Amino acid sequence: MALLNAWAHSLHFLPYFLRVLCVSAITTVVLTACAFWMAFVLGFVLALMRLSRHAAFRAIASVYLELFRNVPLLTQLFLLYFGLERIGLTLPAFVAATLGFGLNGAAMLSEVFRSSIVGIDRGQGEAALALGMTWPMALATVVLPQSMRIALPALANFGIGLLKDTSLASAVAVPELMFRAKMLVSETYQTNLIYLIVAAIYLLLSLVLSRVSAATEHGLGKRRAALS
Amino acid sequence: MGHRDMPAAPATGLRQLVRVDALHKSYGAHHVLKGIDLEVMPGQKVSLIGPSGSGKTTLLRCINYLETPSAGHVFIDGHAIGERRHGDGWTSMSSSELAAMRANIGMVFQRFNLFPHLSVLDNVLLGPRKVQKRTGRELIDEARALLDKVGMDAKRDAFPEQLSGGQQQRVAIARALAMKPRLMLFDEATSSLDPELVGEVLGVMRKLAEEGMTMIIVTHEMRFAESVSDKVVFMADGKIVEEGEPRRIFHDAQAERTRAFLRAVLDH
Amino acid sequence: MSYAELWASMHDDLLQAAWATLRLALGAIAVGVALGLLLAIVRIGSRGFAGRVARIYIEVFRGTPALVQLFLVYFGFVTIGIRFDSYQAAVLGLGMNAAAYFAEIFRAGIQAVPRGQSEAAFSIGMTGSAAMRWVVLPQAIRLVLAPSGNVAIALLKDTSVASLIAAPDLMLRAQDLSSQYFMPFEIYVTVGAFYFVLCYPLSRLMRHIERRHPARG
Repeated sequence: MALLNAWAHSLHFLPYFLRVLCVSAITTVVLTACAFWMAFVLGFVLALMRLSRHAAFRAIASVYLELFRNVPLLTQLFLLYFGLERIGLTLPAFVAATLGFGLNGAAMLSEVFRSSIVGIDRGQGEAALALGMTWPMALATVVLPQSMRIALPALANFGIGLLKDTSLASAVAVPELMFRAKMLVSETYQTNLIYLIVAAIYLLLSLVLSRVSAATEHGLGKRRAALS
Repeated sequence: MGHRDMPAAPATGLRQLVRVDALHKSYGAHHVLKGIDLEVMPGQKVSLIGPSGSGKTTLLRCINYLETPSAGHVFIDGHAIGERRHGDGWTSMSSSELAAMRANIGMVFQRFNLFPHLSVLDNVLLGPRKVQKRTGRELIDEARALLDKVGMDAKRDAFPEQLSGGQQQRVAIARALAMKPRLMLFDEATSSLDPELVGEVLGVMRKLAEEGMTMIIVTHEMRFAESVSDKVVFMADGKIVEEGEPRRIFHDAQAERTRAFLRAVLDH
Repeated sequence: MSYAELWASMHDDLLQAAWATLRLALGAIAVGVALGLLLAIVRIGSRGFAGRVARIYIEVFRGTPALVQLFLVYFGFVTIGIRFDSYQAAVLGLGMNAAAYFAEIFRAGIQAVPRGQSEAAFSIGMTGSAAMRWVVLPQAIRLVLAPSGNVAIALLKDTSVASLIAAPDLMLRAQDLSSQYFMPFEIYVTVGAFYFVLCYPLSRLMRHIERRHPARG
């Protein structure tokens, strides 16, 4: 029947699709990693600003948070890629995408870091101060290491979300997985097969990411148990 | 582990309200009830006493089928609960039949389990309204009468979180009574209460007993058990060790295990 | 062209598009909540095949990008004969995506209601579904209110992705206007502001609700 013939015809393309898509998946992973680190560093700074004693820092961080949380990621990406160009600043697609995901992600992670720091019992910081540490030292040696452990699951979730969000970079012509997939579709019209492969690749990548984070959490737990 | 087809009727012609027949219950490898036979006549008050882990609560929960027995049967007023005769064997009862049987049995839990999203009055009205599908003015009057009986009518518009443990438990008793059950099961009803609140709940239970309700009471309150019960059952390690009149069990127990338990418990 | 002139020309279009965005979001939320509730109940109640199907659905829809799902619904179904227009595909695709998140939230909420509550309901003669309806779900709703609200707000923002399958919404309108007026910076900032006006009050409302009904566990 026609449907079976169509499927047989599709399978003929399979090796070609897999090769092209797996290579572009590397771009996806690199983009995710770059954006993740940017979001991590900036998000951390923002969290500290929100916890600062200076009202000005708190205000700036809050405004940043609300702006990036209430506007869609796609709008932010388009602003950076198309919008800036018209006022003279042309960013290469990959940079614009990294910047967009990084700035947006920083807003998300600032919340994660803030609540994980606040989640550490006050007594910990006070005990450190009582030993004669300054507040920055107490933070660095006592509070932060503990809060990182609390933040780990949320960080992993963010990472997986970021991985999926990178699919939007296809709209600003970054040669990642989704972009290549769209090109293949316009070449061969094998819509279902191609997008199903894409879905499978994303699924695989997010499963790997969650296994790695679970193993890291477990590993950290074991080290703690060994220390006590 | 035989099953009898018809519940044996004693010579008086009065049928047992509850008959437990060779009941076993295991959780995986843990054998909690090891063959329990028990009879409760209408209007009888039976206390189940014994050390923790003896299976008293499990037995109680098998009686209204909140736990499913591993072997044996429970008959309520002659009808098996949770299962139905099917040729030579038994099959599970449908969930609506089971619910209907449970409506005739009231249970009071150790942790009260009042519905936090409903007021005291609505907690009591929920059963009659949704299960018995009753409506009308007299429904509210009956509920308030029950609340008054347990001393909680003044707080009928309060919510559970605003009440003390003793108050919540009294509301829980009223809630169970609203269904007009023939049998009331009490699962360590005062064990979660602060000591000074225990008395108000025991007072309500005593009043209920005097009105002729059939009651099975799992309790650690020995003085209460002695004064209210017609029969005391001592359980240990999943079996009934001894049963009989309160005076005999508490003052002249035959089994050493019983005496050892009572010595430990009554010696403060 | 000055911004004032730009605004004069486009604000009607943008308002219309904002309304289209809202309709899209509401449609997807409706699909998501209904399907999510079904999935949650199936996952809780069923130990067999249905439960496994529900679990796989949730993992797949949470593990793949919404964009891929939208493309599969919009372009993919055509090959088996079902043709959705972009609005329908967006509502269906985004709704099915949201359902996976709602399902987990609802499941956690239902399971967080203590067992003793359903036992008390059974002991006054309620069947399982009556107990669910009158005792468990009303209590679960308080627990799921805050997380569900957050999913709904995220969904509102995700409607922007529907523009990539040409569904009528703010972002699509923005792209059209950009090619018309060649002022993408101003246009996207304005559209950003529109989204902000839609989302910010909802975020504040959510935080208020979260304070009054904290989601436990």
